[in-house]
Amino acid sequence: MIIGEQKPLDEIKGLLGDGQKVLVVGCGTCVTVCFAGGEREADVLASLLRMSTKLDGASREVADVTVQRQCEWEYLDAIEERVAEADVVLSLGCGIGVQALAEHFDKAVVIPGLNTTFMGLPTEQGVWEERCAACGQCVLGVTGGICPIARCAKQLLNGPCGGSSDGKCEIDPELDCAWQLIYDKLSAQGRLDALLEITPPKDWTTSRDGGPRKIVRDDLKEPAPAQADS
Amino acid sequence: MHAIEADTRPPDQAADVSLHIVAFCCHYCAYAAADLAGALRMQCPPTVRVVKLPCTGKVDVLLLLGALEHGADGVMVAGCLEGDCHYQRGNLHARQRVERVQKLLEQVGLEPERVRMFNMSSGMGQRWAEAVTEMDAQIGALGPSPLRPMASDGLESLTDDTDTTTHDGVDACVGACSSRATSSASPGRPGP
Amino acid sequence: MNGSDGHKSDSNLERVLRSGTFAVTAELGPPKNADAEVIRHKAELLSGLVDAANVTDNQTAIVRMSSIGAATLALQSGLEPVTQMTCRDRNRLAIQSDLLGAYALGLRNLLCLTGDHQSFGNHPQAKNVHDLDSVQLVQMVAGLRDEHRFQNGEEIEGVEPRFFVGAAENPFGDPFEWRPLRLAKKARAGADFIQTQMIYNVPRFREFMKRVVDLGTHEETFILAGVGPLKTPGAAKYMRDKVPGMDVPDEIVERMEAAGKDIEDKKERSAAWRAAGIRICVDIIGEMQQIEGVAGVHIMAIEWEKAVRPILEGAGLPPRSEVVHAAVGVGAGP
Repeated sequence: MIIGEQKPLDEIKGLLGDGQKVLVVGCGTCVTVCFAGGEREADVLASLLRMSTKLDGASREVADVTVQRQCEWEYLDAIEERVAEADVVLSLGCGIGVQALAEHFDKAVVIPGLNTTFMGLPTEQGVWEERCAACGQCVLGVTGGICPIARCAKQLLNGPCGGSSDGKCEIDPELDCAWQLIYDKLSAQGRLDALLEITPPKDWTTSRDGGPRKIVRDDLKEPAPAQADS
Repeated sequence: MHAIEADTRPPDQAADVSLHIVAFCCHYCAYAAADLAGALRMQCPPTVRVVKLPCTGKVDVLLLLGALEHGADGVMVAGCLEGDCHYQRGNLHARQRVERVQKLLEQVGLEPERVRMFNMSSGMGQRWAEAVTEMDAQIGALGPSPLRPMASDGLESLTDDTDTTTHDGVDACVGACSSRATSSASPGRPGP
Repeated sequence: MNGSDGHKSDSNLERVLRSGTFAVTAELGPPKNADAEVIRHKAELLSGLVDAANVTDNQTAIVRMSSIGAATLALQSGLEPVTQMTCRDRNRLAIQSDLLGAYALGLRNLLCLTGDHQSFGNHPQAKNVHDLDSVQLVQMVAGLRDEHRFQNGEEIEGVEPRFFVGAAENPFGDPFEWRPLRLAKKARAGADFIQTQMIYNVPRFREFMKRVVDLGTHEETFILAGVGPLKTPGAAKYMRDKVPGMDVPDEIVERMEAAGKDIEDKKERSAAWRAAGIRICVDIIGEMQQIEGVAGVHIMAIEWEKAVRPILEGAGLPPRSEVVHAAVGVGAGP
């Protein structure tokens, strides 16, 4: 899922500026499971902001509310009044959630409380690692289920590079070399032949390099009203 | 049950009775130790208000912050000795959360020493008395919390002497938790 | 199209290698400034000594004079350069564009590299490119020459760049058993020559070369063994412990330490260490000449170009002017 991390408190306070009525908005999906912006985190942040406000000798009301997901308009409709009452909306959603709030509530001043970092999973409790780079052309079928775009520091398709050492990446001794993982996996499955093939240059048009992306499913769009009988 | 003995020290040595220290105690060890201390008539400062929980594992960050936000001068979390928690690791989780709260307090500008974890077994009445005395002295040195509610705050103050020994300590705790403006809005929506 | 003598390019290095002579290449590190004089001076030190010299491309991700710029200056000073190109800083457009210009300026040898990650260098906040990897780069550059097509398949109208294409391989990188196969992959992609990472562990390199020879790859591509003189025992230890993919056996470190033992005077000790470093390099070159499949050596005397002459003299490798050597001037056509 989408992984994020809360911004430092000082940075958040800076972004709040002169806002007197702050609404912290948590999100019940991805950022809940990575403990960055769920209901509990929203409650904690609201409490910290209230304490901090008082200690700074300032005046500021801080309340919080959490929605199931910030990235769907219908869930945001439910908090319309709360948003209208606030001067500043501090979103603890991922970057998508922040933008959804800003798009859905024209007049609201929306600021991010998180830095959205990557798409990944918890490899163990309390540890999250990147797994997917959303390149739009998944090659996991030929790399043993390990992504060289997200997990190789140089996004090699014909790796490893010369800096792979003891199964670790040259940039960080704690970081697994993706190509070592791919090699081990394919080797164990008797599929090493795949690595002898030269993988041609990637078509990056489907990734962010090609520009902001969009998917349209006509079969899912709200059907147009039936034509009146002629 | 007598939880804490009244402070009978001479006035010039008396603890500052206006301090409010909340102690979240686990049923199996710390609360029993506190009870034992009382039964043995050990001297304890009266500034500490006990809240009994089934296990310190029930303490979470929000509970500790809530106590401080609403003006507790100090917060103790007292649980079993590490390795002896009745619920295996509840006291270990509690320690992690206490440490987290200490870090958050630094960011906010409040002294992290206002929150502390103590471990003891049910037979360690003496240890309970020491712990509360230590905490009382430490908080005394730090002074009342700058977050103490003022009359204009409209929040419940902490001068209430209601006996807080219930099994569900959370709601009884300082009474102000219910004033948290928190709600969940999950209208639910069927998918396509 | 290739020349009638089977040569794919005008490169002097190619000529030397195809003649069966044990080739010698070295390295020339460009400066962290825009001073052409630095290149001229270094080129003078190496000219006539070696068949060609690599001009590095922002090595270890530190900004230096560009390889193409410095290589052109070296060429003008009478030294045949091997231009280097990494995948870290340029996408396929910039690479092809740079190569058209490089060839037009008279450059003929190209080493294709992935490139050290920018976090090692002095601009770690940069966006890294890696549009291509080194294997794809080799294939692309060979394609420009052999198919006269750009990477997108479009035909090149007019003069196509005809580089003698090289790649690098690290015999000691992991997975160890995969490395000979990766070298074979680069050969298949079109690499005419390979330069390896510095070798200090000779037995392990022999093992590597045996597998390469078994695969027949030594007949598809010319393999030059990387060697390098150590300046101090500290440098040896650093490479042993801190550089990923380097294999420096303890006995090499011990030899370096022994050389400076009991010498009080700093200058004398430093000279003794350097002499030992050169001797070790000479010994290793001697061993390389005995290994089947090794077509030459690539001497990496980092910021110590002056060491190249004594190394070659010690190894008994004749000055290049006595070997097949055709001067290539600026603007030489295909």
